Formats: sequence, C-alpha cells, structure tokens
Amino acid sequence: MSTAAPPEVSAAAAGQAGIGDIARARWEAFKGGDVGSVPVIVGIIAITIFFTAKSNIFFTAVNFSNLIGQMAGVTVIAVGIVFVLLIGEIDLSVGYVSGIGSVAVAEFQRAGSSHDYPGLVAIALAIAICAAIGTVQGSIIAFLGVPSFVVTLAGLLIAQGMIIYLLGTQGVIGIQDRQILDVSNYVLTKNTGWIVAIVFTVLMAAGSLGTYFSRRRAGLPTGNLLLIVGRVVFYAALVFATVAVCNHSRGVPLVGLVIVFVVVLFSYLASRTTFGRHVYAVGGNAEAARRAGINVKLIRILCFTISGACAGLGGVILASRLNSVDLTFGGGTLLLDAISAAVIGGVSLFGGRGRVSGALFGGLIIGMISNGTDLVGSADWIKYVTTGTILLAAVTLDTVARRRQVAAGR
Amino acid sequence: MSATPAPPILELREVVKNFGQVHALRGVDFEVRAGEVMALVGDNGAGKSTLIKCVAGIYSIDSGQILFDGKPVSISGPKDAAKLGIEVVYQDLALCDNLDVVQNMYLGREDHDALYRLREAPMEQKTTETLASLSVTTIRSVRQPVATLSGGQRQSVAVARAVMWNNRVVFLDEPTAALGVAQTRQVLDLVKRLGDQGLAVVLVSHNLTDVFEVADRITVLRLGQDIGVYEKSATSEQEIVQAITFGKQDAEASA
Repeated sequence: MSTAAPPEVSAAAAGQAGIGDIARARWEAFKGGDVGSVPVIVGIIAITIFFTAKSNIFFTAVNFSNLIGQMAGVTVIAVGIVFVLLIGEIDLSVGYVSGIGSVAVAEFQRAGSSHDYPGLVAIALAIAICAAIGTVQGSIIAFLGVPSFVVTLAGLLIAQGMIIYLLGTQGVIGIQDRQILDVSNYVLTKNTGWIVAIVFTVLMAAGSLGTYFSRRRAGLPTGNLLLIVGRVVFYAALVFATVAVCNHSRGVPLVGLVIVFVVVLFSYLASRTTFGRHVYAVGGNAEAARRAGINVKLIRILCFTISGACAGLGGVILASRLNSVDLTFGGGTLLLDAISAAVIGGVSLFGGRGRVSGALFGGLIIGMISNGTDLVGSADWIKYVTTGTILLAAVTLDTVARRRQVAAGR
Repeated sequence: MSATPAPPILELREVVKNFGQVHALRGVDFEVRAGEVMALVGDNGAGKSTLIKCVAGIYSIDSGQILFDGKPVSISGPKDAAKLGIEVVYQDLALCDNLDVVQNMYLGREDHDALYRLREAPMEQKTTETLASLSVTTIRSVRQPVATLSGGQRQSVAVARAVMWNNRVVFLDEPTAALGVAQTRQVLDLVKRLGDQGLAVVLVSHNLTDVFEVADRITVLRLGQDIGVYEKSATSEQEIVQAITFGKQDAEASA
C-alpha cells in the first residue's frame, strides 16, 4: 500500500532493464528464497474462492464492509508487532496491553467520573499509556538484557491483572462518547469515499513518479517506467474497487481509513527514514549496527514503544466496535492473531526482513478466515485449526526462505 | 628506521595494556605512514587484537602514548578513533546481511534531510563512485542485499566503507581469513590500491604469503612485545617466521 518501491524490486530492476530482464531477476530472487508477496496473494485468492463456494454471503459488499471492521483491530496491533519482529524480538503483551487501551479509553470518557474527557483526548491518553507500557518493557529488555519473551510474558500477566482490577466488580464500562464510537462505526459518505480514493491515487502516483524522476536526474538506474506506472494503476484500481464495493453497501468505514493511514505512516517510517534503516540494521546484525555507531538500545526501546502505541490504538478500535469494554478484552486469540498476521504477511521471526504492509495482508487473511468460518457456521475448533495451520505454514516458509537465502549468499 | 622521510600518521610508544595478571601489551612501539601497507603479524596471543582494540578505542591503554600526526592523542571510545580518521575493518560482524550495499556503506551515517528522511540518490551515487574508484567491479548492483554477495565482495564492501569516510588509517583484521583463492586475490588487490591512494593501511594477518605480497613493512609482535619492524625488501619469510616463533635472533632487524 505504501508508495515505497519494495527493495527487492528496485534491486532487480538494475538499469533501464526490459521487463523480461526484470522478470528473470525476480525469478532468481524467488528461487533464492525471496518469495515476496506471492504466498499471501495466493492465500487471499484461495480463501476467497473457498468461502465464496461455501457461503453466498461471503462475497458481498455488505460482508466486505464488515470484514474491514473485523480485521481493523488485529491489523493495527500487527503493525506494531512488525517493528518488534524486525529487530528480532517478540512482544507477547500486545493482547492485554490493547485491553488496557480499551479499558483506558472507556474509563476516560466515563460519564459522571471526575475524568470524563472528550473522546479524542481519551483516545490520545489511552494510546499514550500503552506506548509508555511499551517503553518500560523495551527499557528492561534493552538496558538489562532480559529476554523480550520473558519481559513481555510478565507484561501480559500484569496487564491482564490490571484490567481485572480496573474493571472492578462491575466488570463492564459502556461507551457513550460519540467520537470514540465513530472510530469503528462511522461510515464515510459515498462522495467522501471517492474523494479519498482520488487523493490516495494522486499521492501514490506523485510519490512513485517523483522517485523515478529524481533518480533519473541523478543518473541512477530507475527501473522500468512501464512497470512503475503499472504498479500505480494496479493499486489505484484496487483502491477504487474497494471504495466502489463499500459504496455499494453503506460506504467506506472510517476505520478502513484508519488502517490505511497507520500502515502508510509506519511503512514510510520503516522504509524512508534513518530510524527505519536502523531498525532493519539492528535486526540484521546488532553488533554491526552498534559498531557503526547506531544507538541499538534506543532503537530497541522505540520499537517496543511503537508496539505498545499500536496495541493501544487497536484496543480503542476494538472497544469502539463493541460499544463497551468488559473482562474479555485483550484475551482470547487476539495476541496470536496479531502475531500471526505479521508473520503471515512475510515478516521474519528472525529479524531484519519483512515490510509493514505485510501486517495489512496478514490481517486480511486472518480476518477472512474468521469471517468466513463464522458465516459458514463452522465450529470454533475449525477456525483455530485453520489459523494455526496457516501460521505454521507461514513460519515454515520463513525458515526455509531464510535457509535458502543463506545458501544463495555464499 | 628506514630511509623514507615521511613521518608516521599513527605512532604508538611504549604502550602497555594489562588484563589483571595478564600482560597483553608490554611496552609496544608501532607506527604506520601514509601510503604504506604495514603488516602486523604474530602468533596467537601475541597482542595483535589487543593492539587494534586499543587504537579503535574499545580498550583504553594503561600506559604509553598514542600519537596521531605527531601529536599525542587520547582515544577513549570508538567515536574518538572515528573522529581522528581511524577505521577498523573487522574480520566479521561488519555488515548487515539483510541490507543492500548502499545501506551498508552508509550504516549509521545515513544521508538525510531535516526530517530524517533518507536521501537515497546521493548515497547510491557516492557508493557507486567509491566502488569504482577502488576498481571493485564484480558487484552487479549496489542495490542487492549483502547476503547475496561472495565472501570477497563482502570484504570489499567493508573495506570500501572504511575508505569512503575519508579515513586516514585503516586496520584490516584478517581480511582474507575466510576466503578462497580468487576472492583472496580480489581483496589483496584492493589492499594494494588503498596504499596507492595514500591511506595508511595496517594489515593484520596470519598468512605470510599474503603479507609478503602486499606489505611494504612488517611489524612482528611476540608475547605482547614488538620484536621489530622489517622492510619487506630486506627480509624473508624464513626470518619473519623465526621472529614470530622465537623472537629476535640477531641485530639485523631495522627497528
């Protein structure tokens, strides 16, 4: 979704290469273990075909709109997980930290309390609290060297305990604030939806062509203009199709826009800034990064802060969706769904490889399975077994790809 | 001292470094001049690594002096060494496999604007120029991940990175240790070119064949002491092996 040219494509497109050369280079990279987004696209198509055959509701505009709402929380949490995975760590606390975010946003807007803040303030506070939790966990990991697995496992338990304490005996807080409810429930008017699609396309085209022409001015290999235009057209078509389908039912959900905004923002951070570069460096070889003068500890802490903040926003989205917060928040399969989304989206558990947009595609797959099995009326066990199998397949693919990359390297 | 008039860029005088009871360096003298390749040889435990780490700022020296451009300096951290223009290319641990050549060349020193957005075009241009100036021509694209490079190419990238930042003294720690014949050739040629470009190059190696091929002078360390500095043209592998193993045999050495 981001306008950044994926690194492997720009690597393949050395010089003003013809499309044949690019295809060949891409195939070589594929054989070398860099499978790119192929498995994800195949997966999305397969799941779509399967559930369309099984249920006549699955492939409808209304259900597509629903799907966006269902996948939003997990996807946003998964974006944060991507940063933690990129530095080769893990964050097991995101489930219950997002629960803290849900409870916090509900508590800060609670009518009749001394702190019934406006919705946006409550949202900002909830995200800030979760970011701070991430910072604390990251600091323990970075400064004391405690394995992230254990620190965030402890964080998981502490967060769960805090949720039970905060909700107290009443066990549930209702949400009345309009702004908070709008996060998951507001639907853009049809015209606004089209305007969003147009703005998105213009920005994407400007970004891609801007890169192309600045590289050409600098006399650098640019890649094939036809392919670049093709990419822009493809993504524009995807965006317009999405808006068209949503408008066919109620309209584009605001939360869909939130997902896109979060994914684009963090993609940009990861691929176009020094911070992002350093994240990949720490994940690839922390010792080399340290010797190159990168503040490895700071990078680690910031990645956990991002993970916490995204979990907080995810919690707000989930709370808004259900109009209230209760003791089940942050639990269930939320944590594993979020991690699975990132890993299925091609982010390596070994650190240093993967893209933020992977969280979007992984979140889409997780969301589609959950949505589809519900529609078909399958028992819960089928949902769990399917998600588990796909996660296992994704991790296996990652491991094999890594081995092949090492083999291809020497 | 030899007849070459150029004063040394980097000079160590009577440098001592102890680790508790272990005397790693016991009063070592060492020097390297601009435009020369100085080999540093010695058996395991002779103090080569300790010497490098003292100069790189990873260890602080217990006594003695380090002079840079004839002036005494204190190196108390890697940043001090970098500021002086001393760069160490370690045998391994230098590159991030998942990043491409440009990203590795600029690791930790990325070119960015006021908003910390990367400026890829100038970085890529400079990388291409630097590799070309060192005649590193085997790398197909500077945008391919380092993981896909051969051992020799990786070492070339690590060396080129040291050169690109206008460093004046480059330490190469066992640059050919893990390489095959052709790749060793590649790296040795590169080392020679560094000397030709006016850098002071210190080559740390076990491999005397390599040393004799590229070095101008050879410093032998043994048990934390410098045995002597040998002009390559005036010595033989035989003599160096003797010095490494048994210490100085006669007064022939030129230190």
